[in-house]
Amino acid sequence: MLDNAAIKNIILNQFEGLTFQEEDSPFLNVWIPPVQLKEFGRFLRDNRELNFDFLFCVTGVDWPKEATLEVVYHLRSVQHGHQMVFRCKTGSRDHPELDSLSEVWPTAHLHEREIYDLFGIKFKGHSNLKRLFLDENWEGHPLLKDYEDKVNLIVK
Amino acid sequence: MKSGTLFDPIEQDLHTDEYKINMGPQHPATHGVLRLILTIDGEVIKHVEPDLGYIHRSIEKICERDNYRQIVHLTDRMDYLSSHINNEAVCLLIENALEIEVSDRVKVIRTIIAELTRISSHLLWWGVMGMDVGALTTFMYGFREREMINDIFENTCGARLTMNYNVPGGLMWDIYKDFVKDTKAFLRHFVTKLKEYNDLLTDNVIFRKRTEGVGILSKETAISYGVTGPTLRGSGVSCDIRKLFPYSAYDKVQFDEILMKGGDTFDRYLVRMKEMEQSVSIIEQLIDNIPEGSILEKTRAVIKLPPGEFYQRVETARGELGVYVISDGKKSPYRMKFRSPGFSNLSVINEIAVGHKIGDFVAIISTLDLVIPDIDR
Amino acid sequence: MHGTERFTATVHEWLLSIFTAGTTHFVEMVLIGLAYLGFFAIAGLALVYLERRIAAFFQVRLGPNRVGPQGMFQTLADALKLVAKEPIGTKKADSFLYSLAPYFLIISSLMAISVIPMGAGFSGFDIDVGVFFLIAVSSIGVLGILIAGWGSYNKYALIGALRSGAQMISYELSVGLSLLTMILLVGSLRFSDIVQSQSDYWLIFKGHIPALIAFIIFIISGTAESNRTPFDLVEAESELGAGFHSEYSGIQFAFFFLSEFINMFIISAVAATVFWGGWMPLHLGGFSGFNQTMDYIPGPIWFLGKTGVIIFLMMWFRWTFPRLRIDQLMKLEWKYLLPLNLINILIMAFVVWMGWHL
Repeated sequence: MLDNAAIKNIILNQFEGLTFQEEDSPFLNVWIPPVQLKEFGRFLRDNRELNFDFLFCVTGVDWPKEATLEVVYHLRSVQHGHQMVFRCKTGSRDHPELDSLSEVWPTAHLHEREIYDLFGIKFKGHSNLKRLFLDENWEGHPLLKDYEDKVNLIVK
Repeated sequence: MKSGTLFDPIEQDLHTDEYKINMGPQHPATHGVLRLILTIDGEVIKHVEPDLGYIHRSIEKICERDNYRQIVHLTDRMDYLSSHINNEAVCLLIENALEIEVSDRVKVIRTIIAELTRISSHLLWWGVMGMDVGALTTFMYGFREREMINDIFENTCGARLTMNYNVPGGLMWDIYKDFVKDTKAFLRHFVTKLKEYNDLLTDNVIFRKRTEGVGILSKETAISYGVTGPTLRGSGVSCDIRKLFPYSAYDKVQFDEILMKGGDTFDRYLVRMKEMEQSVSIIEQLIDNIPEGSILEKTRAVIKLPPGEFYQRVETARGELGVYVISDGKKSPYRMKFRSPGFSNLSVINEIAVGHKIGDFVAIISTLDLVIPDIDR
Repeated sequence: MHGTERFTATVHEWLLSIFTAGTTHFVEMVLIGLAYLGFFAIAGLALVYLERRIAAFFQVRLGPNRVGPQGMFQTLADALKLVAKEPIGTKKADSFLYSLAPYFLIISSLMAISVIPMGAGFSGFDIDVGVFFLIAVSSIGVLGILIAGWGSYNKYALIGALRSGAQMISYELSVGLSLLTMILLVGSLRFSDIVQSQSDYWLIFKGHIPALIAFIIFIISGTAESNRTPFDLVEAESELGAGFHSEYSGIQFAFFFLSEFINMFIISAVAATVFWGGWMPLHLGGFSGFNQTMDYIPGPIWFLGKTGVIIFLMMWFRWTFPRLRIDQLMKLEWKYLLPLNLINILIMAFVVWMGWHL
């Protein structure tokens, strides 16, 4: 089991100029530029020491003030027991696109469909990117902060 | 017939096609409104595609609107069979964020009720599992014992299923006078009945033949698909949150994490059967010495979490439930995500069901122990 | 002369005193037909009621107990409800085949029941190829299921029907062969001869171990023939919804439902007749005092009692065992029961040849 500083070191040896943060969160956070996302995911999974094989949570977050959407990946290593979080912000909020990680961790397949459904982030390279919960012809993405639905959503 | 001998055209025309059938949203084996689109060749399954959302209520969106006290009640409606444990997850998160230390009494009572919930959930699963492979009687037997647990719950907090016994800072009120007596009576009764269950179903030749070697989930596949809970432990991966990240009173009790090797349907079945024994043992260790202490710590009427991120996980009857909160210091969370165990457990279905027959498929989805509102949220 | 024989003879003479011989024959046929229809309905309702009560007993609940004494009329009320219901079918169904299918099933079971003697001289018609006729007629039932599955235009129904085709044709072999094993002892296919030959010992005692094996095989394959758990793959509630009768409702559904119970009755009745002596009381050769005491109980009661025991056994199976998978079902028949049966016939033939049977 590695502590946060050791994880940080291993990552910094491979990737330069990443921002880390440990405050305000139970995990070590790192922000990844969208272009490096897939490469970074592969690295985390395949690195012998890190061995993050267990992606247990994928969360989409909307940041309208920064005009961006963010995806948060929670990782754990089943073998070692250490954990970390990496995050990726999309370039634009209106046409958000990210690389799909479903080839790296198959569990991302369904999670990414959920995020596409509720946030509208398109995952490039996803084999079956359809809406998961809502109808195919549903308009809008409900978990966006500016989503309005006068019929189904009661706003207090 | 164009020309030639009598047998030519028949040979040309004879071919088989794959076809699709809809299992669900109303189907006896899907236990709720889950729709699975099966591609089938004869009776052999070639591909499974789950179609979700029939009971999607967008609980995460409602959470962004409601305050933290209200959110606790929403979690009942996700995995309704482990409602107490879901509540506990949110309450633990709030207590950790506000740095409230609940008394030992609260911790012990929470643990006892959580284990009773686990037994009750596994009992329902056992009954339904038997029914799915055709043994209809198990359903009634499972419900018979489950009824006793529900009675204890009802006397404790007034509700039988969606309990809401946990509130941020402790419990809604104290346990009732005969709680200890009733729970002990239940345990005494239940231990004899567990043997009956094993005689009826576990040791049945047909049941063994139907489940052993069926739907093998390998360690690697299970981990890469984010499978948790008894389903993963059936494949031999240690993943019990109660052991790895103890919460409430789990660090005070001795129990075994049940691990199997094969990862087939029967192993997943056995994990749950043995987990019930472990739950009994946990309750037995705690029930006799519930410490005295306050039942509810003081909290503000409107709870506001400090800005930052919080993550709390618990072990429900189905696996790892994670609650992830991004707070901006207001009375509602900025973003609240529930990492539900059923969602990830369902995603592995295509991997383990392909190549099996419809009958096996029903047994396989039964041992994944899916609760649909938990998946759809 | 047994009481039942006296009864039929009296009726026959009384009819002869009113009509000519030809008309008497006709009237008798009508009367027997009506009697069978009545028996069919009552037995069906009674069996459904029994099944529900016994299921409730196994499942620690009460079962129907409100309508009439002990809920006896519950199934009657349900039957009335089914008759009064609007039949709902699919638009795309092949309507001719769809409506034809239930009659195949119900007629085949009605015909099969007619050759079984329920008392001395108490059978619809006593032909010299009775066993053969029974096997032949009961195989028509599978046609009904196949037609129902095909005609409903429903994939679940079709899967159920095809399963049933494979299952029933396979298990008919075992049913036939295990009956054949016993016929070696009797030397006649006529049911009344089979029953008469058991007036000293029942065949299951006469044939020693081969007879016992044949009996077990018959019960297993008979349960499979009547599509009951653990062989209820045709319906397989948790897999196929309701299988071949998914799309049926109202009276047509009631026909399928009823025929399942009548088939169970037939299988039990045949088992009781061929292995346990049918209406013949429990006789032990040489104990004439015991035999006479047993004779005080009338034949039909013996018959119904023995049938009831086997029906109870089959219900016990249903509420205890899980269901087999289709390939396991086929494996059981073709790899275990059929070879065992063939060897068993040889052993039985040897036993009969050597005169070792009782």
